[in-house]
Amino acid sequence: MDLGNLESLKFFYPEAILSGTILLIILLDLVLRSKKGLALLAIAGSLLSLWATFDLYGTTPGYLFHRMIILDNFSLFFKVVSLLAALLVVWMSLGCREIREIQQGEYYTILLTSALGMFFMASSSNLLMAYLSLELVSITSYILTGFLPHNRRSTEAALKYLIYGGVASGTMIYGMSWVFGMTGTLDYAGISTALFQGQPNRLSLFMAFVFILAGFGYKIVFVPFHMWSPDVYQGAPTPVTAFLSVGSNAAGTAILMRFFFPAVSRLADGGDWLFISGVEWPHFLLIVSMVTMTLGNLCALNQQNLKRLLAYSGIAHAGYILMGLVVLNNDGLKAVLFYVVVYLIMNLGAFLVVVMVANETGKEEIGAYRGLAWRGAAIPAVCMAIFLFSLTGLPPLAGFIGKFFLFAAVIKEGFYLLAVVAIINTVISLYYYAGIVKTMFLDFPEPTDQPVAMTANNSLLLGVLSALTVLFGLYWGPLVQYTNQSLRFFIK
Amino acid sequence: MTENVLSWMTFFPMAGMIVVLLLPRDRYNWIRWASALATLPPLILAVWLYANFDRANPGLQFVEKYPWIPAYNIQYFVGIDGISISMVLLTALLSFLCIFASWGIDKGVKGYFALFLLLDTGMMGVFVALDFFLFYIFWEVMLLPMYFLIGIWGGPRREYAAIKFFLYTLFGSVLMLIAILALYFTSEPYTFDMTELIAQSSKYGTSALAFWPFDRLGWGFQHVVWMALFIGFAIKIPAFPFHTWLPDAHVEAPTAISVILAGVLLKMGTYGILRINYPMLPEATADLAYYFLGALGTWNIIYGAFCAMAQKDLKKLVAYSSVSHMGYVMLGMATFTTQGINGAVLQMFNHGTITGMLFLLVGVIYDRAHHRDIEGFGGLAAIMPVYTGVTAVAFFASMGLPGLSGFISEVLVLLGAWQKYAVLCILGASGVVLTAGYLLWTIQRVYLGPINEKYKSLPEINGRELFTLVPLGIIVIILGVYPHAVLDLLRSSLDQLNEIVIPHLS
Repeated sequence: MDLGNLESLKFFYPEAILSGTILLIILLDLVLRSKKGLALLAIAGSLLSLWATFDLYGTTPGYLFHRMIILDNFSLFFKVVSLLAALLVVWMSLGCREIREIQQGEYYTILLTSALGMFFMASSSNLLMAYLSLELVSITSYILTGFLPHNRRSTEAALKYLIYGGVASGTMIYGMSWVFGMTGTLDYAGISTALFQGQPNRLSLFMAFVFILAGFGYKIVFVPFHMWSPDVYQGAPTPVTAFLSVGSNAAGTAILMRFFFPAVSRLADGGDWLFISGVEWPHFLLIVSMVTMTLGNLCALNQQNLKRLLAYSGIAHAGYILMGLVVLNNDGLKAVLFYVVVYLIMNLGAFLVVVMVANETGKEEIGAYRGLAWRGAAIPAVCMAIFLFSLTGLPPLAGFIGKFFLFAAVIKEGFYLLAVVAIINTVISLYYYAGIVKTMFLDFPEPTDQPVAMTANNSLLLGVLSALTVLFGLYWGPLVQYTNQSLRFFIK
Repeated sequence: MTENVLSWMTFFPMAGMIVVLLLPRDRYNWIRWASALATLPPLILAVWLYANFDRANPGLQFVEKYPWIPAYNIQYFVGIDGISISMVLLTALLSFLCIFASWGIDKGVKGYFALFLLLDTGMMGVFVALDFFLFYIFWEVMLLPMYFLIGIWGGPRREYAAIKFFLYTLFGSVLMLIAILALYFTSEPYTFDMTELIAQSSKYGTSALAFWPFDRLGWGFQHVVWMALFIGFAIKIPAFPFHTWLPDAHVEAPTAISVILAGVLLKMGTYGILRINYPMLPEATADLAYYFLGALGTWNIIYGAFCAMAQKDLKKLVAYSSVSHMGYVMLGMATFTTQGINGAVLQMFNHGTITGMLFLLVGVIYDRAHHRDIEGFGGLAAIMPVYTGVTAVAFFASMGLPGLSGFISEVLVLLGAWQKYAVLCILGASGVVLTAGYLLWTIQRVYLGPINEKYKSLPEINGRELFTLVPLGIIVIILGVYPHAVLDLLRSSLDQLNEIVIPHLS
């Protein structure tokens, strides 16, 4: 299937619904007094788009808009992930005090636009389209980060994000120009043919890949492109941080997988991917993966601000996700898709508790969590413990199953060193996650610590997320079936 | 109920946990009785199991097998044989008694009992699980409640002790996870079924040349996997040098949790080695367990005894005595003789009952005097005669006095050891002398001698405390006179286990 502009619209309605919602929010923002309606509209729009995305499953995969974007299970999967992230974050924003004080209409507009950008990141099949979609997500992220007016940290974070982002995407497009120079095309299928049939200069191709990884890596947050993340996570409004930590990460993973697997590798029998011999980007990623998880975990050990801690923990998780990519096998890629979903659930849950505590105390430091379980917030504390232990990877929680599949892929392909590094990292990460749990349960509150009350809206979301974390830890069969089916790339 | 007896035993406490969570927070007695009722059916079923267990059958009994995640060949597969039956009985008994030992908890009662019941499910699950994946889940499920039970309800250094326990055990279990996956991916077709993995154990290479761990199925591979599993289990035992979490955890944990920790959790280490390392990797077992495990066990006996001798804190003394007594288990396991391995598993059971008593007794005195300094007491025998009487039974059993259960298992272990390594046997036997040394010295300092005026009016042991101690005391005495009550359960399975390994011994 290779459709032109008009025929493509038939398969483009999830995006169309989302764009329509965005425009409607802008219009209604001028009219409506109660801004809560806008959030509900955003939720309704995302739900409708989600339904439309699921509706597209089963259609023949193919190219849309003259080979600019791809419709296949892989892109549909990441559309679902981006929509879920947007949906849950809008829900979370409803109960967040920080957000109530800002221009909500614009906030929801930009949030959904960012999700729309992630749609294109997951489905672009052309370097130009990849660049444009990545920039769309980046620019909306800069704005979201700096959304808190008169907050120096937020402004500083946005500026830092902008500068790092500019450098990273500049490097990336420079790398892309090298690839274009060597192959004469921007189309992924064309690049694949040119690289495998021609005799590309290996060193320059490797350099081009490293440059391109700079752009992707800055979205996934792996070392050495991670420097922006702690400041941005800390400065941005908490729901935005949550959105960046799961949404951008997932979209970055999608664009990386789309480019490095179907475009510049070949699928062989048994689910193994063969890379262009002599262009050792998998080994480069292997080292990056080990360094990323180790650095993330070691830096997280001493953090006092919970958002900053979760930023470093996010870096560590990016390292874990990379483990699934470097094994160059479909099992690893499936494990990555599974992990993306699980990470979305548990990480959003952890940020939701941060929102709940910050609503009452205005603080994000670990000290604000002292004796949380004994301050009338036993349920959020228990849920937070569930999310944190799930992030550590303890059974019977979803995070364990995610890690289990990653470890399984690594062991199956015989990357024992990587497995050992990952084990040591798991133990290190337990120390700081359990440190938070310790503060919540083992320390007792001082008289100055305010009680933390729960609102119905937040409790419902919290209940959903923690129930899913436990459910996917005990019975993950259907989810893993779904993620396995999602690993279908279309390329021709 | 009798068809799914093991599932009932495992999940009944968890159902009790849900009930406890639904009860109102300040109804302490409701919560306590609900917990007691939740642990009673497993105990009754344990008695039923004991009566109906086929002693001549070396294979698995009471098996339940259902697919769980078929795509990965993960099953809900439970069953017991001679290796696990004694541990299942011990777990059911100690969990029930420890509910009563926890009666005095008055802070966060609901949370305490809910976590305790979850812990109970985890422990029982570890001993009955026969699917590797299920085994690992239960193994880890046990960790979380333990962390909170030590961390919230423990003594002054509870936070340090809890996180140390957690980090040590997690390191071991993640290593074990890697080993499990390595075994999974060498099986054909991929399976987590332990019986299936045991049946395929002969496929590992036997050439001693290629010590290259990355060579699948090779000699090196199975030795590396063996070590990874062993370290995971050795942390739990705890074998030297991984034992340092134990004294900390024991001293800080509340009494009932110490009992569970020493009585059940430590056994999981040796149980795991017997259940997994021995039959699944027999060749590596023959190479690595022979001498190495025996010597490590002997070192544990002597080192633990000397450490115990130096302690000033009564609870720490008991903790180090556990290190010492678990050494006998390792020594017995390493002999690959009928006496040795039966003695080892019997010692696991006996240590559970005896150390359970010791910790309960320390708890009794701590509740009254609020300290545990050995030097701080004196002449308790005159103040609390009944208490002292029970203590004497436990201490003498721990020492290995003939007529009490500890003697039988230690003699069996030493009998086995004599046939294979005479030197280790002599050293191990000298451990008995050291044990007698520190225990008698403790009796002298705490119970005999002049009465300490400060504690003249200490109340005698009460009915509830006696209720937790007497059943254990009776078992100690019965097994001292008639050890076949337990040995009969073990023999056929353990002999079969020995036969798997013996052909590989050079």
